[in-house]
Amino acid sequence: MSSTIYQPVRTPPPALRGSPLPAARVAKVLSGAEGASQSGIWVGIFAITMSFAALTSALFVRQGSGADWTHIALPSVLYANTLALLLSSATLQMARRAITAVPPVEPRAVPVGLGWLMATLGLGSVFVAGQFEAWRQLAAQGLYLATNPNSSFYYVLTAMHGLHVLAGIVALALVIGRIAASRATSRKSTFEATATYWHFMGILWIYLLLVLRTKL
Amino acid sequence: MEETSAQQAHVHAPPEGFLRKYVFSLDHKVIGKQYYALGLLAVCMGMVLSWLMRFHLVWPTTRIPGLELLSKAGAPGGIITPEYYLSLLTMHGTLMVFFVLTNAPFAAFGNYFLPIQIGAEDMAFPRFNMMSFWTTLVAFLVLILAFVIPDGPPISGWTSYAPLSAVGKDAGPGMGWGMNLWAISIAIFCIGSLLGALNFIATTLDLRAKGMTLMRMPICTWAWFITSCIALLAFAVLLPACILLILDRMAGTSFFIPSGLVISDRLQPHSGGSPLLWQHLFWFFGHPEVYIAILPSMGIVSHILINSMRKPLLSARVIIYSMMSIGFLSWMVWGHHMFVSGMNPFSSLLFSFPTLTITIPATIMTLIWLGSLYGANIRINSASLFALGFISMFVSGGVSGFFLAQPSIDIVLHATYFVVGHFHMVMGVASIFGVFAGTYFWFGKMTGRMMNETLGQLHFWLTFIGTYCIFMPFHYLGLVGNIRRYSAFVNDFTGPLMPLHKFITIAALGTGAAQLIFIFNLIYSRYKGAPAPENPWSGTTLEWSIPSPPPWNNFGGKHPIVYHDPYQYDVKGSKGDYIMQDSPEPSAG
Repeated sequence: MSSTIYQPVRTPPPALRGSPLPAARVAKVLSGAEGASQSGIWVGIFAITMSFAALTSALFVRQGSGADWTHIALPSVLYANTLALLLSSATLQMARRAITAVPPVEPRAVPVGLGWLMATLGLGSVFVAGQFEAWRQLAAQGLYLATNPNSSFYYVLTAMHGLHVLAGIVALALVIGRIAASRATSRKSTFEATATYWHFMGILWIYLLLVLRTKL
Repeated sequence: MEETSAQQAHVHAPPEGFLRKYVFSLDHKVIGKQYYALGLLAVCMGMVLSWLMRFHLVWPTTRIPGLELLSKAGAPGGIITPEYYLSLLTMHGTLMVFFVLTNAPFAAFGNYFLPIQIGAEDMAFPRFNMMSFWTTLVAFLVLILAFVIPDGPPISGWTSYAPLSAVGKDAGPGMGWGMNLWAISIAIFCIGSLLGALNFIATTLDLRAKGMTLMRMPICTWAWFITSCIALLAFAVLLPACILLILDRMAGTSFFIPSGLVISDRLQPHSGGSPLLWQHLFWFFGHPEVYIAILPSMGIVSHILINSMRKPLLSARVIIYSMMSIGFLSWMVWGHHMFVSGMNPFSSLLFSFPTLTITIPATIMTLIWLGSLYGANIRINSASLFALGFISMFVSGGVSGFFLAQPSIDIVLHATYFVVGHFHMVMGVASIFGVFAGTYFWFGKMTGRMMNETLGQLHFWLTFIGTYCIFMPFHYLGLVGNIRRYSAFVNDFTGPLMPLHKFITIAALGTGAAQLIFIFNLIYSRYKGAPAPENPWSGTTLEWSIPSPPPWNNFGGKHPIVYHDPYQYDVKGSKGDYIMQDSPEPSAG
C-alpha cells in the first residue's frame, strides 16, 4: 500500500470505512465522485474554449472594423516558452505513468512520479516567466496594451491564458503537496483532472500562438 | 480543486456553529435559500425603481419625498431628472435580469432541489457552490454601490451599448465610475454563474442515485440542467466582453470605440473599434439569457401542473426535447435584437428564420400543457394557480414575439413600449410566476411550515389581474408609436395617451403593493404556518420522500434507489393514486 499514492476506487477511504453503506454502494458513490471531477474539468474546458472563441471572433471583427490594424513581430522568446509548455505536458505524462500504475511498477514509483511532477511545475513556471519576458520585450519596442489593436489583443489573449496556466500551477502544487504528504485519501480524480486541464492549457496555447502569428 | 471535490461532499460532517451552518455554508440547501433571499432583496429594489419611473412618467412635477436623499443631483427637490430616470431604468433592468431572473428560478430553486431530486447528498463541488453564491453577492454589492457614489448609477440601460458605455464620463452622468462599477459587477457575476453552472452539470451527470437514469429525472431537474448548459456558454462569452469593455474604459484600448468619435464636444482618443462588436458579444449572451430566465420556470410549472392534475403530461419527453431545442436554437437568434443596428439586412433575414423556428418548440410545449389540462380535474391552490398564470403570461407575451421576430415589423415597433410589454410578460412576469408557483409548492419542504393558502390565492388574483393591467396596455402604446426610455412625453401626439399611462402607473403601484401580501405570507408562515408533513401534495419525486425540512445530508445517510419514471400518477390499484419514484411497488405500465 505504501507505494501507491491513492487507493483503488473500490476500497473506501478511511472516512467512509465503517459507514452504514454497503461496500458496493460506497464504490458507486466514489465512482460518481471520480466522474464528477472529470466531468467538472471537461465542462470547465468547454467554458474556457467558449471564452477564447468569443475573443477570437472579436479579433476578426476588430480587424475588419478599423483602418488601424497593423502587424506586430512576435517576441522570439515565445517559441522557447512553447517548447517549455509542450515539454511540461510530456513530463506530466511521465509522472502519470509512474504514479497511476496499478500495481506500482517499482517501489520507487512515488519519488519518481513526484520528480516528474516537480519538473512539470518547473517548466510551467518557466513558461509563465517567459510570457512575462515576452511582454517586457514588446514594451521595449514601445508596444503597450493600448498602443494598437494588435498589441491590445496580444496582451489580452496572453494574459487570459497566463492566468489559466497560473491556476494550473496552483493545482499542480496542491497535487504535489498531497502526494508528498502521502495522504491515503489523495485521489486519482484530482490528479487526473489536473492533468487533463494542464494538457488543455498546452493545446490552447498552440491555438493562440497560431492566431497570434497569423493575425497579429 | 482537491478540497472542493465530490467525495468530500459525501463524507463531510454536519456543520457546527452559526457561521458554518448559515453563512459560509457548504450545504446546497442553505446556498439555495441564500440565493432566494438575494433574489428577493433584488426584486424589491428593482420594483421600487420601477415605481419611481412610473410615478415620474405621469406626475413629472410632483415631488417624491425623500428621493433627494438618494441622489441630490439626480433628483433635486425630489423630482427626477431625465438622466436620473435613465439611471433608474438601467439599475432596474440589471437587477431584474441578473439578480432576480437568473438567481431565483435557476440558482435558488436549482441549488435547493436539483441534488435532492436526483438523490444526491450535495452538489458535486460544495466549495465551488459556496464560492458561486458569495461571488454573486459581491457582484450585487458592487452594482448597488453605484447608487451611493457621487457619480450615480450609469444611464446606459442594462444592455450598455458601446460606444457610449465605453468612453467614460463624457457620455453623461453616471458613465464614469457608475459605469465602471456596472461592468465590474457583471464580470464578477459571470464568474459566479460559471461556477454555478459547472456545478449543476457535473452534479447532474455524476451524482444521480442508482436507477435515476437521465429520462427518469423530473422535468424541472431537466430544465435546470439544460439551463446550466446554456448559462455555461452564455456567461463564458459575456465575461470576456466585459473585460474588453473595462479595458476600453480604464486602459485606453479601442475594442468598441470607433475613430473620430466626438462626444460632449470632445474628440475621443480612440481609433478603429467596432460598436457593433459589443452588441454581437452582448446579445450572443443576452438572448440565451432570456432562456436562462424562462426555462427553469417552465420546468417548475410542468412539475407542479403534473402534481396538481394528478396525471402525467401528454408527453414529458417532448417537453424535455422542446426545452433542448430551445436551448440549442437560442444560440442562433441573437441578431434579432439588432435588426435596426445597421447590420447587413440579409443577416436580419438569417436571424429572423431561427427566431421564428424557436416558436415551434415553445408552441409545442404550450400545446402539451393545454392538452394535458383538457379534462383534467386540477387541484386549485396557490401553486397551481401561479402555474396556470405562467402559461397565460407566456402565451400572451409570446404571441407578440411572432411579430417582433420579423425585421420589417420590428423596424416599426423597435424601441417602443410594444417591446417592453413583450419581454416583461414573456420573460419577466412569466418567469416570476414560476418562482411564485415554486415558492408556494416547495415552501413547506424548505422551511417545515406551509404557506397560508387564503393569502396565497389573494396574492395570485391581485398579481395576475394587476400584471395584465400593467403590461397589456404597453402593447397598445407601442403600436401607437410611444417610444420607450423617455422620461417625459412632450409631443402633442402622446398627450392623449396620458390617461392610459396613469392607469398603468396606478396598476403598477397596486400590483406592487399586493406583493406585500406575499412577503407577509413568507415571514408569517415561516414562524406561524401549519407544520408541513413530509409529502403535503402527494408528490412522487424524491424531494417528497424525505422530512420537511430535509436533514443536512438530505437522505439521512441512506441512498435512495429509483424504480420509476418521475410522474407515476393516476395509477390504478396502488394505495394512493400515485407511486413514489423510490417505491419498489410495480408501476401500472
